[in-house]
Amino acid sequence: MAGNVSTLGRRTTRINHAVTEPLWVQLSLITVALVFLALFLVVPLVAVFKEAFSKGAEVYFASLVEPDAWHAIKLTLLAAAISVPLNVIFGVSAAWAITKFRFRGKQALITLIDLPFAVSPVVAGLIYVLLFGAQGWLGPWLADNDLKIIFAVPGIVLATIFVTFPFVARELIPLMEEQGTSYEEASLTLGASGWQTFWRVTIPSIKWGLLYGIILCNARAMGEFGAVSVVSGHIRGQTNTLPLHIEILYNEYQFAASFAAASILAGLALVTLVVKSLLEWQHTRDREKAARAAAQQS
Amino acid sequence: MLALTLGLSVSTVSLAQSEVKLLNVSYDPTRELYTEFNKAFADHWQKTEKQKVTISQSHGGSGKQARSVIDGLAADVVTLALAYDIDALYEEAKLIPENWQSRLPNNSAPYTSTIVLVVRKGNPKNIKDWDDLVKPGVQVITPNPKTSGGARWNYLAAWAFAKKKYGSDEKAREFVAQLYKNVPVLDSGARGSTTTFAQREIGDVFLSWENEAFLIEKEFGAGKFDIVVPSLSILAEPPVTVVDKNVEKNGTRKVAEAYLKFLYSKEGQEIAGKNFYRPRDPEVAAKYAKVFPQVELITIDAEFGGWQKAQKEHFNDGGVFDAIYKPGT
Repeated sequence: MAGNVSTLGRRTTRINHAVTEPLWVQLSLITVALVFLALFLVVPLVAVFKEAFSKGAEVYFASLVEPDAWHAIKLTLLAAAISVPLNVIFGVSAAWAITKFRFRGKQALITLIDLPFAVSPVVAGLIYVLLFGAQGWLGPWLADNDLKIIFAVPGIVLATIFVTFPFVARELIPLMEEQGTSYEEASLTLGASGWQTFWRVTIPSIKWGLLYGIILCNARAMGEFGAVSVVSGHIRGQTNTLPLHIEILYNEYQFAASFAAASILAGLALVTLVVKSLLEWQHTRDREKAARAAAQQS
Repeated sequence: MLALTLGLSVSTVSLAQSEVKLLNVSYDPTRELYTEFNKAFADHWQKTEKQKVTISQSHGGSGKQARSVIDGLAADVVTLALAYDIDALYEEAKLIPENWQSRLPNNSAPYTSTIVLVVRKGNPKNIKDWDDLVKPGVQVITPNPKTSGGARWNYLAAWAFAKKKYGSDEKAREFVAQLYKNVPVLDSGARGSTTTFAQREIGDVFLSWENEAFLIEKEFGAGKFDIVVPSLSILAEPPVTVVDKNVEKNGTRKVAEAYLKFLYSKEGQEIAGKNFYRPRDPEVAAKYAKVFPQVELITIDAEFGGWQKAQKEHFNDGGVFDAIYKPGT
């Protein structure tokens, strides 16, 4: 998953026009890339949609509005709607603390943020079973107070937060590191409060990176399988998220319905890609505009 | 204000009476059975008790499901693949009394099944019985006995056959070791193996629950597979029980017990038969006699001294299965 983290902030806009490689090298590199892309991305994607519509559009839509499927979609959206905002708050504060201040144990904190990338999602799920399960550390207390964490919605949300929490922070840290603290220092010198500086100086300069982090975080939150599977209990119409629902349908030989649900997730991936490209395009345009304005001023 | 509070509490009470929820935690191959059975029971309960009952289902590998219930999955009833997994609810968490299996008739197993051999159409490898499975060049599909209840039945059925035919436990052990050399993939659950064999078309013969074998025919179309009934197989008794601690907490004991009793009724037995489980009720069983071939069935208690013993000897870490199964040899 770590590969997902882009380095939007560090991107250089320098384009090298003087390509020195011979034509055949260029062509074969392009071919290899395209074949790879087609085999591993385009073909599976087409297969998902083909299988989803294999029994006609009617079956496709019927399988999405079926109560259990609909509930799974709602639960997935709910888990994302809770975990993404929390991760934005956490990500921005963590990145802020790490890049704008100097303190002991900074490196350790960065490593800790990366932990969910390093830990297998199954282990992440089991951690919560160990903590909140009936035989776990807090289990008896939770049972006495009639609180349900695992095998219920809170557990699913917790697991989703755990696996997605590096996304926003990881996106912002390189960006904010590059930007340094000079603007904030200038703002503070000119008499702005810390809060004003944050809203008027820091946020505008990180907004693209932040949006990008949110998109990735959201995509993972909706697609998470492993950790959620461990804490879900797989109760239909209650604790099944969309990815789990897909597996259930597939195991019940309802291949068309299962791929219909899968196509929703694939569609989400496509939307994510489009939004991401739009953002990057907008970001480059903003930069160029700023560069032109700076050039005119001098 | 008082009237409002009163009205509110009255309405919650009447709501509690008019609707009740049950959670049935079950194993993989019963999905279709309980979809149908739950509807029938809901109708029955509405008619007799004038109460709406909503039954939720959770399915997965039998051992894994038991683990989830131990970890707090609030099952009102469990309907698992084998008594050993339900025993764990007593041993690990005291969720049920030790004598749970004697609370309902027939060892608490309202329906039975057995293990059969599923082969590809026309039986190209000419598989007739268990001893054909150890022949070189025959690929056998069965799930992992460490994680799958069905796979343990498969293993024990093969063992019982070999012991009877060759006369000793040593010979049986050799036979089973030879059999697992012919297994190219060990899926973690029965459903995974079914997909491997039927959908991905790997292997020549698939050791399967009888009900699952019929289901494959139904789902993938008759005429793609043949079912071979071996000379000897094992009587699989998938048991059911109310989870006492949970029903007491949820206040669902009455409906949960009625739910399980309904499995033994004519209607419940009929649904079991229709979904390819062997009914216990002699009358219903007679009706389905044509579907289920007569086969010599050994029982786990007579042959292996019960699940606890079989589990310890064969499937626990360091048991016989660990000793004979070495992947890639």
